[in-house]
Amino acid sequence: MRLKATDLACIRGGRQVFSGVNFAIQAGEALVITGPNGAGKSTLLRLLAGLLRPLAGALTFEGGDPELTLPEQAHYLGHQDALKPALSVTENLDFWVRFLGGRPPDLAATLADVGLASIAALPAAYLSAGQRRRLSIARLIAVKRPIWLLDEPTAALDVAAQAMLADLMRAHLAGGGLIIAAVHGAIGLEKAAELRLGGNR
Amino acid sequence: MTALTALLVRDMRLAVRVGGGALIGVLFFLLVVAIIPFAIGPDLALLARIGPAILWLGALLASLLGLDRLIASDHEDGSLDLILSAHLPLELTVAVKAVAHWLTTSLPLVVATPLLGLLLNLDPTATGAVALTLAAGTPALTFIGLIGAALTVALRRGGLLLAVLILPLTIPVLIFGVAASNAAVVGPIPFGTPFTILCALTLMSVVVGPIATAAALRQGLD
Repeated sequence: MRLKATDLACIRGGRQVFSGVNFAIQAGEALVITGPNGAGKSTLLRLLAGLLRPLAGALTFEGGDPELTLPEQAHYLGHQDALKPALSVTENLDFWVRFLGGRPPDLAATLADVGLASIAALPAAYLSAGQRRRLSIARLIAVKRPIWLLDEPTAALDVAAQAMLADLMRAHLAGGGLIIAAVHGAIGLEKAAELRLGGNR
Repeated sequence: MTALTALLVRDMRLAVRVGGGALIGVLFFLLVVAIIPFAIGPDLALLARIGPAILWLGALLASLLGLDRLIASDHEDGSLDLILSAHLPLELTVAVKAVAHWLTTSLPLVVATPLLGLLLNLDPTATGAVALTLAAGTPALTFIGLIGAALTVALRRGGLLLAVLILPLTIPVLIFGVAASNAAVVGPIPFGTPFTILCALTLMSVVVGPIATAAALRQGLD
């Protein structure tokens, strides 16, 4: 599998956010997007997730499922958690797993993996920011998709959860997955290529 | 199929839980219909004559209530981003959302109609006709409303704008719904004539609504 971006450019609100962005990553590789606030890290991830359209340039993904588009083979973990406060932790996860096309796996085991087993029946309204983040991450491991698009994945996570996330990312890469993450600090991936946005202004 | 069932179950669950608003519509319907006899006065013949129109107006206004949250709530918490990445046509997804919305907000209106018919001095035939036309016509209101919900999805207070956008489009449904109800009671045209057109309007909006909604959501990507 190989994801390649050529000369991507994007305009939002009449302002050119970035232009001439090139990168290519293979299966098992991670790309870390860095840059100051407003450099277009989130925009680039939303563009890869199919939530924005590029002004110019091309995105190609080779070696994936030919029946599916790039966004359909990617997990997008954005700033919003996509959780419904009125549903319990298990109900939230169960819905996304079924809706995103996963076979309903052992939800209890998945929740245990992210450290939420003890509050599986609690309505999501009572979760802390870090717990909400963990529940979003549970989605990534419950439904198998080759590309992970992570927007500041460590935000709100405690040290233990950051280590857990790093382990999950390593396992995903070892399984032949691709990770593109927008970050400010370290996220615990040793061999990650770096794409710096907004350095030329 | 699992994915669509999961969405249907989730939306219905959310509607009936705290803050979901499934019962708000039927309460509003009850209020509108209950206060009109106080405004019109105790003229039973007049109430019976305009009863079907009152019930239809009440149902039309009540069906507008929850529409502004139908897609906006998924937009605000990021669910819409994930919905767009599912292995499903967006048209089907939004159609299922509309079905869930109809089952939780409009079906209760149909069920409440016989009770409210009593308040308006409607005889059983007229009540039955109104309930039947509401059952056939409210899906059209929901699916037309779905388009409005998609167009106003990014607006903080889209509710009123949504009503302004949607109400003109629902006028044909109102006309033929009330016409069919009246035809069942007083004639002179047979009930089937306006009722068939009402069903046609519903079928048309069930087809056009999801397509237009999906197009509006894709255009509005930002």
